Amino acid sequence: MTFLGSVVHWFLNPAHWHGDFGIPNRVEEHVLMSVAATGAAALIALPVGLTLGHYGRGGALAINISNVGRALPSFAILVLAVQLVGIGATPAFLALVALAIPPIVTNSFVGMRDVNAELRDAARGLGMSDLRILVRVELPNALPVVMAGIRTAGVQVVATATLAALVGWGGLGRFIIDGFSQLDYVQVFAGALMVVALSAAAELLLALLQRALTPAGLRSASARERRRGLPAAAPVPEPAT
Amino acid sequence: MPAPLLDATDPWIRWDWVGSHVDLILADLTQHIELTAIAVGVGLLIAIPIGVLAWRYHGSRGPVLGLAGGLYTIPSLALFALLVPWTGLTVLTAEIGLVAYTLLILVRNIVVGLDGVPLDVRDAALGMGYRPLRQLLRVDLPLALPVIFAGLRIATVTTIGLITITALIGEGGLGQLLYDGLQRDFRTPLVVGATLSVALAVVADVSLASVQRLLTPWRAA
Repeated sequence: MTFLGSVVHWFLNPAHWHGDFGIPNRVEEHVLMSVAATGAAALIALPVGLTLGHYGRGGALAINISNVGRALPSFAILVLAVQLVGIGATPAFLALVALAIPPIVTNSFVGMRDVNAELRDAARGLGMSDLRILVRVELPNALPVVMAGIRTAGVQVVATATLAALVGWGGLGRFIIDGFSQLDYVQVFAGALMVVALSAAAELLLALLQRALTPAGLRSASARERRRGLPAAAPVPEPAT
Repeated sequence: MPAPLLDATDPWIRWDWVGSHVDLILADLTQHIELTAIAVGVGLLIAIPIGVLAWRYHGSRGPVLGLAGGLYTIPSLALFALLVPWTGLTVLTAEIGLVAYTLLILVRNIVVGLDGVPLDVRDAALGMGYRPLRQLLRVDLPLALPVIFAGLRIATVTTIGLITITALIGEGGLGQLLYDGLQRDFRTPLVVGATLSVALAVVADVSLASVQRLLTPWRAA
């Protein structure tokens, strides 16, 4: 049987679809962990980034946090988290939250800071209060960039959750890591295919969410940018580890 | 996987281990630098022609950046795992993956950098009788250099981080220290590997920034 035939065979084996070690359970673990980590990171990072961006303060911090995050390998964060809290779900969760915070802080800061100053002036001229300007003018205009940060973070979390199998947690990474240690490359390959599919699904879903949340008035502008080939609200993504 | 017992008395770093393993640490550091240099070098060699073409021919931009972006969203562990059945646990597997990840950043920044060349400068070059290739080499690319270098710096730092993952396929540079420490539940190699990896990223970033200043003296304030 060819290698790819064996992979198909692996997927068709009913034993791989049942129980704690089965595909459905591993997918569920992976998805729940990713949603929880991205959500927790957003809860922490959004208030910080949006506030800094609104007041235009702390730009060096908000921008550099992403660069530091890039230099710190996610594998190292994961391994160090294990040293602090032991193996299992907790270090995986903490490491993923830590990884997801920088892109969200940076993007929410940049999104708020780059809101056209004339729009702010116009809103003030119309007699809007500070709070209303924040909620009705700045936030909607910043939303595409803010959402791009959450999208980057979410996709990165799905990718990195794969590594958490190395520290004794489950998720789809189990198939890859266990396959490597058993020299079972069919299982490795099957696991990798599922990880790719899941991260592509995450990317697609978050892109749809980003589009749905973008105010109609901004949508046409970003569509024009896309036609020129350079997405308006797409900063250079974080490394997909 | 047996649960490693956490030994609370294990210190974060044991200098005697570091002292007796200097050769190993230096070998891992050297491999890390080699893997990075090859990945970024090859990535740049591929990205420059692709970037220039994507900039010249607007229609190719969407597909080119889309493809590079697609490669970028594949999680690194999965990409290496997909390659292993075909190219084995080799340096080649590691480098294919690492080069693939540099492409999006490099091609994007080359296109954006070239786009930013002022139109009047290009007109002036045309008026002075520059041929297209000469204009590209003497006018367009030099003026795009700051943006291209920004991409080069991001690609280099990203690659240095990614190499810690390639330890899983046996070609991991400093990642081997992390992996070793994790498997033996021994903190010293973890701390050494993580620290040196971050230090290497910072040194590489700062060095590239200095090279950029030397190459673009007209931007000096």
